[in-house]
Amino acid sequence: MNVDLDCRGLLCPLPVIKLAKTLPTVAVGDTVTVLADDPAAATDIPAWCRMRSQELVSAGEDQYVVRRVS
Amino acid sequence: MSTPPTPAAGHSVGVSPHWSKGHDAPHRDLHSSTPSHSTEHLLATASEGSTCSSVSRVSERTYLDAASAEPMHPAAREMLLSAVDSGWADPVRLHHEGRTARLLVDNARAVLAEAVGVRPDELYLTTSGTAAIQSGLTAVRAARSRVGATIVHSAVEHSAVLRTAGEAAAEVGVDRLGRVELDAFTDAVRRPGVAVAALQSANHEVGTRQPIEAAAAAAGDVPLFVDASASVGHDVVPTGWSVLAASAHKWGGPAGIGLLAVKKGTRIAPAWPMDEREDGLSPGFPNVPNALAAAAALQARLAEAEELDKRHRAWIDEVRRRVAADIPDVEVVGDPDDRLPHILTFSCLYVDGEALVTALDAEGFAVSSGSACTSSTLRPSHVLAAMGVLTHGNVRVSLGRDTTHDEVQRFCAVLPGLVQRIRAEVGM
Repeated sequence: MNVDLDCRGLLCPLPVIKLAKTLPTVAVGDTVTVLADDPAAATDIPAWCRMRSQELVSAGEDQYVVRRVS
Repeated sequence: MSTPPTPAAGHSVGVSPHWSKGHDAPHRDLHSSTPSHSTEHLLATASEGSTCSSVSRVSERTYLDAASAEPMHPAAREMLLSAVDSGWADPVRLHHEGRTARLLVDNARAVLAEAVGVRPDELYLTTSGTAAIQSGLTAVRAARSRVGATIVHSAVEHSAVLRTAGEAAAEVGVDRLGRVELDAFTDAVRRPGVAVAALQSANHEVGTRQPIEAAAAAAGDVPLFVDASASVGHDVVPTGWSVLAASAHKWGGPAGIGLLAVKKGTRIAPAWPMDEREDGLSPGFPNVPNALAAAAALQARLAEAEELDKRHRAWIDEVRRRVAADIPDVEVVGDPDDRLPHILTFSCLYVDGEALVTALDAEGFAVSSGSACTSSTLRPSHVLAAMGVLTHGNVRVSLGRDTTHDEVQRFCAVLPGLVQRIRAEVGM
């Protein structure tokens, strides 16, 4: 299952905060697709996944797919 | 010449950013045909001009942004005040006053040249570090136009390098610590059409040193341009480069003095209207007093370097350890060992960088940040982005020669509570 999270128009660190609040609401193995056009998200969403040990499935075109691993 | 106006003496505080907006009087006085000799209004301070009610805190300031600017070194200040009176004439004139100015600027040049490891006739004085980068890179590129126009550079160079390289650039990535990928650099610099390769001595935001000797070896016949602005006065000057740029205000010298060292055998072709100054590399009337102050600051700084290096390294290690231990979800970035002695950068998850800088400022701590919300463009620091590390909630701490261990410890004690408070405001 996948949950969409529209963060377009939001500036850092809001997209990452919303991702951090949303990911625990999906089951382990499910994904959250973040839509974010803030330039900082391109670095910060992958960095969040690394720091919080979650899986970045894909990134690009203002769209980031993150899988809950734990 | 008269002595400098007394209001300047005893004040190292900057002119308030508010005065030019809020008061018309300084402009009128400066342009009046019957000038007022009162200059006190020029020295209005932030504590007078701001709306901050807590003026008492201004006296307890802890300045941890030495990498942006340091107060002038006392040796430089003393030198500047006397050089203003003795070194005002035009050093290219043949009269006594001109020869005096020439002698003084030659003295300054000799000291500065020795400090960066070149002969005096290989050192040019420019109007800033940025001017040294722009003119140096441009002149070397122009001299090699037959070979090509490409400037190979790391992704974490100062913006002055990136802007000068412009369209004809080949950018080389860095690793997670901010160190250039040497294999990719070697590959890029050996391609056809490369005019010059640019690599900083150490990074200005995260402190990581770059492998200059190895890069110079890889570059072969391609001149290596080293932006050493972050390191001169703080760290050993690397070897192997053809051209080096530095900036006096980074070592406690005055603003408005940059260094451009060009090793003999490196061809340069300034592509702008040249005059008789600095072989055309820095047109316009030279600032002899500032050049002397820059030299005095660097000389004094190098005499203190060993002690400061030891102290700053130990304290930055301590901040690194405590930030990582006392704050959850924090990323401390940059090389922990192979680095500048005085700089540390870290990023806190879920924290707005501007909010953290402002909260620290209210507690008396001055730091800088590479977060997007603290920049004018809303783009995060290109250095942090190139490293692939967290860009929001970013803080750079940089220690000056006056920084005390007590200040460092108080910073470490205050920071975790502020981060916690800002996180709580967004429900984290």
